[in-house]
Amino acid sequence: MSQSLRPYLTAVRYSLEAALTLSNFSSQEVERHNRPEVEVPNQSAELLLQPMHISRNEHEQVLIEPSINSIRVSLKVKQADEIEQILVHKFTRFLEQRAESFYILRRVPIQGYSISFLITNKHTESMKTGKLVDFIIEFMEEVDKEISEMKLFLNARARFVAEAYLGEFVY
Amino acid sequence: MSFQTTDKSVLAAFKLVKAPIYSHCFSNDRSLLAITCETDCLIYRMNGANANPKLVATLSNHDKTITAVDISIHGRIVTCSQDRNAYVWEPLSDGTYKPTLVLLRINRAATCVTWAPNGYKFAVGSSARIIAVCYYEQENNWWVSKHIKKPIKSTINCLSWHANGVLLASGGTDGYVRVFSGFIKGLDTKEAVAGSVWGTKFPFGSLVNERYHGAYVHDVKWRSNIEKIAYVAHDGTLNIFDSQNDLQSVNAPDGLPFKALVWINDHEIICAGYSCHPVLFAEAAQGWKFAKNLDKVADSNQAQISTHTTGTSVEDEDENPTFGMSALKKFKELDLKGKVSANVKESAHENAISELASFAESSGQVTQVSSSGLDGKIVIYTI
Repeated sequence: MSQSLRPYLTAVRYSLEAALTLSNFSSQEVERHNRPEVEVPNQSAELLLQPMHISRNEHEQVLIEPSINSIRVSLKVKQADEIEQILVHKFTRFLEQRAESFYILRRVPIQGYSISFLITNKHTESMKTGKLVDFIIEFMEEVDKEISEMKLFLNARARFVAEAYLGEFVY
Repeated sequence: MSFQTTDKSVLAAFKLVKAPIYSHCFSNDRSLLAITCETDCLIYRMNGANANPKLVATLSNHDKTITAVDISIHGRIVTCSQDRNAYVWEPLSDGTYKPTLVLLRINRAATCVTWAPNGYKFAVGSSARIIAVCYYEQENNWWVSKHIKKPIKSTINCLSWHANGVLLASGGTDGYVRVFSGFIKGLDTKEAVAGSVWGTKFPFGSLVNERYHGAYVHDVKWRSNIEKIAYVAHDGTLNIFDSQNDLQSVNAPDGLPFKALVWINDHEIICAGYSCHPVLFAEAAQGWKFAKNLDKVADSNQAQISTHTTGTSVEDEDENPTFGMSALKKFKELDLKGKVSANVKESAHENAISELASFAESSGQVTQVSSSGLDGKIVIYTI
């Protein structure tokens, strides 16, 4: 792990631990509704807490938006060039299409981020909070590795295809 | 029981349900235990500390999550729910309960309920920014309510009655702790509040005291004989104040907020919350201070992180002498990709603690405390 990744992940870990203090909260606005307050237009400002923005550099950022019964965690995955942009887009889209088997994944990332998680009090009640934090941290560690691996694989494949195809024209 | 606890402070731990328990209550003689479980309230009979409690009744009239339950000194059970209703359950001689709907007249969820010490009235807090003080009306044969509305600005999270049965402390998501008068004519007498340090006149609904804290207030409790109020807030503090508004504040040692508190004696308080284990605070000459943790797991989290970072080197060292063993170990580790060894010690509660209550007392001092958690467990701690 590189020098600057460590404090970045530690900062995200402690922020998540602090933000994942959720309670079951029934809506003040709508009768008999219990909804994630971070996702709905809210007339009671006190239910939303201060968002936390942790940034390693302009390509890698985390936005944590806590509220009384839900938090939204948005990640910006490193995208150095166009190939990585395409790969990240395809990768996150693949995950998002299977969002319900990931429980905490949000179907659409919020503007400006690659992928978003939505954790509600239902999740913290049925899963261990520490493990949820571990999962997100591990995802952040792995996703970079995954993308660069895919990029290498793609390059190798492109080279092979190019050689095989252009070999035809060599006399 | 499936989990190991080495700490002596855990007297008993019962895994009762799979769903979170938001609130629990023991009857006056500690023979009955009522817990909330989704839309039902379950009544258990206690069989001592070693045997699991036996389910004796299920109270199911609500159609949304039950948020709170309380048992009066006479054995009446009151439940309130996010379906905006509250029921009073009268125990019958054959062991069943007769429900009576309470006319709460609120249009949002009811969030908390507590019986007054005399057992003739109770208060219900709600998301409708209303506290309903309910009492039995003989002529109509039902429970009616009077509302306290002003100046509540958000959901009420917690309520606590003074021992005199008139003063009612409340805390909520607007970050205020307020003391109201819950004086009901014909039920309370002026003698009960004569000479109170909190004021001279207590008409129903009057605001007696108000303190702005700024973070969600999760629990508030009176200590009536020394006229003090303690509350815990979402910023991870325990605060104690009195009628002169003399405030003392102390931070949680883990940094995570508390959900519940209970007074042990005049100078000690136990709090518990998102750190999953109770914490004892004591008042010394210089003010309130952290005293000790109960049932705390020795920093396993820290250890995990360190083994994780130095993962490669640890693996090298652990290269076992026999080849077969290391292969087995490799597959085991593949299985546990979450990077946790299987034998991590855990505290009695695996998830946040939602409520604390005094379980046993001797000579004015609480000796045992019961807690309910979001993991569906009831744990009894000795202090």
